[in-house]
Amino acid sequence: MTAPAFPGLSYARDVAALARKDLLLELRSRDTLPAMLLFVVSTLVIFHFALPAGSSDVAAAGLLWVALVFTALLGLTRAFVAEREQRLLDGLVLAPCDRSAIWLAKALSIVAFLLLAEAVALPAFALFFDPVTAPMVAGIILADLGIAAVGTLLAAMAVASRARELLLPLLFLPLAIPIIVGGVGASVADDPGRYLGFLGLYDAVFAILSWATFEYVVTE
Amino acid sequence: MTSSLRSNQAVLLAAAAFALLLGGLALAFYWVPQAPLEGFRQRIFYIHVPVALTAYACFGWGAWKALRLLWKRDRRYDLESYTAVHIGVIFGILTLVTGSIWARTSWGVWWSWGERQLVLFLVLFLFYCAYFMLRYSVEPGPRRAQMSAVYALFGVVLIPISFLAIRLAENFIHPVVFSRDVDENLTGSQAATFGVCLAGTLALAAALHVNELRGKRLDERLRELREALA
Repeated sequence: MTAPAFPGLSYARDVAALARKDLLLELRSRDTLPAMLLFVVSTLVIFHFALPAGSSDVAAAGLLWVALVFTALLGLTRAFVAEREQRLLDGLVLAPCDRSAIWLAKALSIVAFLLLAEAVALPAFALFFDPVTAPMVAGIILADLGIAAVGTLLAAMAVASRARELLLPLLFLPLAIPIIVGGVGASVADDPGRYLGFLGLYDAVFAILSWATFEYVVTE
Repeated sequence: MTSSLRSNQAVLLAAAAFALLLGGLALAFYWVPQAPLEGFRQRIFYIHVPVALTAYACFGWGAWKALRLLWKRDRRYDLESYTAVHIGVIFGILTLVTGSIWARTSWGVWWSWGERQLVLFLVLFLFYCAYFMLRYSVEPGPRRAQMSAVYALFGVVLIPISFLAIRLAENFIHPVVFSRDVDENLTGSQAATFGVCLAGTLALAAALHVNELRGKRLDERLRELREALA
């Protein structure tokens, strides 16, 4: 392969190749995304039965965020499963690419899955409960970035442990609390701008931290 | 450091902690004048807040050692980081308990979502409990040391972000019924008592840290020797 014009270009190529691999795998196997779609719609139906009469409309908006976080957990649990079962992660780590490229590629594919799941969840929510507002959508997009950034790193940790699927929710949920606050605030508060700004801050801080520390999670 | 110097350090820290805490508690209960508004129950402030600050200090120390581990790739820092987090969690539990007692005496309820520090400690407690779950589900080795270090770093970053989140959340979660007015400035005697208590809890944390670290390093050394002999 010829040397790239800019040093960042080979990094971008690695990320693109890995992300393409993940998306192609999902396109062919079609196991994670349909499960996420079905899960989120079923959860919304459960919320209808879980909300007692007289609950405010905003309670449903809050519960939407719970549904999104747990659907994301479902997708994240499956994130590194293929790599673990085929011993791919060792091969990826041995490859001459920056290890953080693995993180970025996986996070981008998780964002894609989340956006596709939300493309179904939001119309369902609008149908069952309340109309979807623009700040809510903006909040969802920002939250997806944060969930993917942190969740990918934690999924890599969980996959290296004995507890696997058990461990990821425990690691992820405390870190998801600020995302929930930002997202629900953007959906229901009078000044969503503040909450969207907070989500942006969360994304920036944790994306940088995850990008910088991913190497240490997957290597010895 | 020779082992005798090291054991001296542990004894000295423990003695200092004992003296400072005893002195601090005596000052808090007998010397400091009664708070005009809150009365006797305000004195728990001299235990609750130093314990909370010490917990933060332990988490910060653990994260600093974690950073050193990742930076220098020296596995010695793993145990230091782990014991710091461990002691931080102990002080965190104490913070939750003393905070709950304070809430009970102030407002009659054992928990108030309006108390930002308490809610923050609850989130941190959940986070660091997961730290132990992570640690005990991975085989001991460099991988576990690195993953624990990365997680400890996430913890200290989470502290300010969570605090911001809790403040922002107060606008739309159910209205805060109970909250404490903490904007009052400390008088001279209150500040002095607080200082002594804070020094005491920090010394206690340091003494516990040094002690636990010594014990764990001894365990490690014993295990190495046993494996070498086997």
